[in-house]
Parts: sequence; C-alpha cells; structure tokens
Amino acid sequence: MTGALGHWLIAPVLLPAVVGPLIILWMSEDLLLARVFSLCATAAQLVLAAWLLAQAAGGEIFVYRLGNWQVPFGIALMLDRLSALMLLLTAALALLVQLYAIGSGWDRRGAHFHALFQFQLMGLTGAFLTGDAFNLFVFFEVLLIASYGLMAHGGGGMRLRASIQYVITNLAGSALFLAALGTIYAATGTLNMVDLAQRTAALPADQTALLRVGAVLLMLVFAIKAALVPLHFWLPATYANAPGPVAALFSIMTKVGLYGIERFYTLVFPPGGNAGTLVADLLLPAAVATLVLGQAGVMGSRDLGRMASWAALASVGTLTLAVARFTPQGISAGLFYLIHSTLATAALFLVADLIARRRGSLRLVPGPSIPQGGLIAVFLMAAGVAIVGLPPLSGFLGKIAVLKASTGTGWTVAVWTAVLMTSLMAIVGLARAGSAIVWSAGATPPPARAADPAAPAEWLALAATGAMLAGLAVLTLAAGPVMRFTDATAAQLSDPAPYVEAVLVRQEGAK
Amino acid sequence: MEMLVASAIGIMTAAAVYLILRRRTFAVVLGMTMLSYAINLFLFATGRLVRGAPPVLADGVATYTDPLPQALVLTAIVIGFGMTAVVVVMALGAFVEGGDDRIDLPPGDGDGRANAGDTGGAP
Repeated sequence: MTGALGHWLIAPVLLPAVVGPLIILWMSEDLLLARVFSLCATAAQLVLAAWLLAQAAGGEIFVYRLGNWQVPFGIALMLDRLSALMLLLTAALALLVQLYAIGSGWDRRGAHFHALFQFQLMGLTGAFLTGDAFNLFVFFEVLLIASYGLMAHGGGGMRLRASIQYVITNLAGSALFLAALGTIYAATGTLNMVDLAQRTAALPADQTALLRVGAVLLMLVFAIKAALVPLHFWLPATYANAPGPVAALFSIMTKVGLYGIERFYTLVFPPGGNAGTLVADLLLPAAVATLVLGQAGVMGSRDLGRMASWAALASVGTLTLAVARFTPQGISAGLFYLIHSTLATAALFLVADLIARRRGSLRLVPGPSIPQGGLIAVFLMAAGVAIVGLPPLSGFLGKIAVLKASTGTGWTVAVWTAVLMTSLMAIVGLARAGSAIVWSAGATPPPARAADPAAPAEWLALAATGAMLAGLAVLTLAAGPVMRFTDATAAQLSDPAPYVEAVLVRQEGAK
Repeated sequence: MEMLVASAIGIMTAAAVYLILRRRTFAVVLGMTMLSYAINLFLFATGRLVRGAPPVLADGVATYTDPLPQALVLTAIVIGFGMTAVVVVMALGAFVEGGDDRIDLPPGDGDGRANAGDTGGAP
C-alpha cells in the first residue's frame, strides 16, 4: 500500500501535527520544556528531510496513498526531487529560525510560539508533499492559519493592523484558489495532479476554454502567494511589521507560491499544452516588473526592515524571471536561486532584528553605537552581499545561471538589463543602509540600559544568524553538486511519464 | 435553474467585492463571508446541477449526482468558518489596540517606527 518508503513518507507531516498539539496541551506553562521539545522535533524533521532527499535523489517517485484508496479517488502524497528539496530547505531554515527565536527571547513575547511554529511546518511540508490539488488548498490553509498567529505574535497596534491586511489578502486568495479548483474540476473531473496532467493532455482542443480559465485563475492564486507585481501589495507591510524571526521564516512562504507555479505549469499544464500559453506570456513581464519595483523599493526605503521586505520581493522577481519560460535550464537556475534567496532573505531579516533589538529602531538615520557592533556590521555586510548577489556568496552563481538560462529565449536583452541594472540599485540601497547604521553609529550617545532582559542567550541568536550566512558560503562551495541536483530535478519535472507510472499505474494492493 | 444559480453566484460575488474594497474591517469581514458563500455555491455547481438524484452508487438507479463537489464544499465551509473566526478576532484586536477599525496602515508605517514599540527590552 505504501511503496518503498513505507509510512516514512507521511512522517514529515505527522511529526509537527503531533508535536504541535502536545506543546499546547502539556507545555503551555513550561517554556523550557516547549523549547526543548519543539527544537528536537524540528531537528528530527531536518534529519528526516535529509534522508528523504537521499532517497529521492536517485530519481524514483515515491507515492503514499492515504487510507490505501486507489489514486484518482483517494488522496496521494508524492515525493520527487522537487518536493524533497523543498522539504530539506524548509527544515534547515526552520531549525535556524527557531534557534534564533529562542536565543533572542522572541518566543516568550506571546503565547504558543512553538505550537504555531510546528503547525506552520506541518502546513509547509504537507503543501510540498501532496499530489492532490484540493489537498494542496487544505495545507495552504493550515500554513496560513499558523502564519496569521505567528504574524501577530507579540502584538502591538501596527503589527495587528498589518496582520489584518495580510489575513484579508490571503482569504481573498483562498477564495480564488477554490474558484480555480472548481473550474478545473468542472473541466476535467479530477483533482489529482498526475491524473489532471493526463486528462488535460487528452482533452479535445475545442473544449479547453474552461480549463484555460482555471489554469489562469490558479496562476493568480500562486502569484498572490509569491507576491508578483501587481499582486504584491500585501508583502512589504507584512514582512516589515512581522516579528524578526517570523519574517525570516516567511521567506519560504513566497517560495510556496513559486513551488506551486513550478509544479503545476510543468507537470499539470505543460507549456504548449492544452491549457494555453497565457500563463507563460503573463509571467515574464510580471517578473521583470517585480524585480524592478522590488529593487527600487530597496533604494527608496527609510528603514532596514522595509528594505529587507523589498529585497524579498525583488528575489521573487529574479526567481520568476528564471522560471517564466519553463525551460529545463530556467527551472534548474530558478531552483538554485530559490535555495539561495530563501537563506539570504532570512539572514537579512535576522540581522535586521539583531540591530532593531539593540538600536531601538531600524530607521536609516545616525543612531547610537550598539553592543557587538563589529560582528553585526560584518553580518549586515555579508547578508547584503548575499541578497544583491555579489561574490563570494552564492547569489552571483544563481544570477549567472538565471542570465545564462535566458539566452536564446527572445527576452535576453530585457532579462539581462533588468537583472544587472537592478542589482546596482540594490547595492546603492544597501550601501546606504550600511553607512547609516554602521558608519554613523555613535553620533548620538548610547542609551543607558543593561543587556536586553528578554534575550538570555544572545550568543545563540548570533550563532543562528552566522550559521544562516555560513550556509550560503557552503552553498557556494557545493554549487556543483547542488546544480547537478537541480538539473536533474528540472529534467524530472519535464517528463510526466514516470509520474503517471508511479501514481496511476502501479497501484497493487490499493482498495 | 442554471441561470438562477449562476446569477445568484454572480450577484453575491459582486456585492462581496464591493464590501471587501471598503475601508472598515466590519464591512470587509462581511464581504469575505459573502464571498465564501458565493464560492461554496460555485463549487457545489461544478459537479453539474442534477435534481433528485442520489450521490451514492445504488442498485437500480440510472442517474447520479457527483458527490465529490459536495465533499469539497463541506471542507471549504469548515475552513471558511475557522477563517472567519480568526479574522474577526484579529480585527477586534486591531480595533482595541489601534482605536479605530480602519484597514489601511496609519502614517507611521514605513518610517521604521513600526517595530520600535515592540522590541521587548529595547528603549
């Protein structure tokens, strides 16, 4: 019933689903116990994700049929290279962010941080593993509900205002998601992704109108999640007002939208297929606009948190630029840049939080000098180098891959101009932030106060930020193997036959 | 019947979009609720409209109605309830903290002052 991996395939979803409620029921009074328990669960998640990646790296597609129901009728989980990669990235990011939240004392500023964190992980892993479109919607809701709680963590008037905007945008997005799924179901009669791919391909060419509407609606849903221009308005205020570690964790949330795009528009609605080319036609101009607007925002921000949010938006633009043509080279480059930009954005948010907790504000005006200022200046420099994509951190490799993938697509000039010009804009913006925060430090006398009482283990917060940046350095060194893996992932996505074989054909023992 | 259902969904969606574009959270929450009703009806209709037919396989029955959209709607209704509760609580929190129920951010946003008030031990 369960294929080669047995029940281990569902373990990444079950683990946080069990740990989260246990933390609420048993440990809501005991923060230490909750921290240890939750940290162990996330570490186990990381080990599990690494093991699953090792299994999926060979190219086999693993399927887990829930309740052992035959596939088009029951829900199936599906592990291929893409989902395994996203699982590992999520788990690694989550572990570092959680260490930071514990070290900085953010997790004690409101109730149930660790439980919400585990629910968030459950939603993310479920969304990456599921092979059913409606189940994807359900896991989106799980991760969104948890993210609403995390976003409002710690309270405060401005943060709650920003949370409301975030919640309402995403509720509207969910409504659109349901409308898209309904349309696709009405056109094809199935919601399993692989079955959908088969039936879409088999649809007579004169009956695809409804399907094309559904495909574009679904595209809009993923564009809201990924914050593509012009559906990006929720992102800057949300990320800038979220607690620092939560904003860092949210750097994977825009990537969920991109994961959806990569999954659906390669496997289910392949370019040149029955679903039409409207999606690919819309995606590239939107990506260029996102990139330009994001980096313009980096240049024009008046505080570092807002600047990091715009940088996150710009990284979505670069990523979409790579993916937009749905060529294997583009998808491979996009996946490499996805790993890089998730870690780089998260690192920038963590550094911004380190500064905010010492300096009191992130405004780009001369301020007091801060404790551990030298180390934090180095961190800020490294995070800036990473997010702009300068050597020696992995961003420049990602950007080169994106530029190379664009050659011969007819959009070469536009892509090269956009990427290179906006990189310069980002350098100017981040250099301004660095000089205002680091070089002008000490212009006003430091406030007389003892060490932050809410941060008992500041070394842990610093170590987590450092580890995030070190991860980027490792990604540079290991770029060869990682790019071979992303190449293999892109190749796997562009060939639906093994998916059909694994999900629909090999069903011995199913009810 | 198709005409009736389709225009009902259309009118509800239009009213919902109008309400969502208002500037006060109360109207927006009402709009979200109405939108989820419209979407639920739409989902229900995606299995085609069939009158008086059973949704389960049984002997001696020739026409069936599609049971899957009904299951989908049930899931969507449950999630919609939960989401409405969440957004009401958060809107209430923002109203109590901020003093009014406007949905746009006050002018302090973007100046770096937003996060200054809640940095825990920071001054």
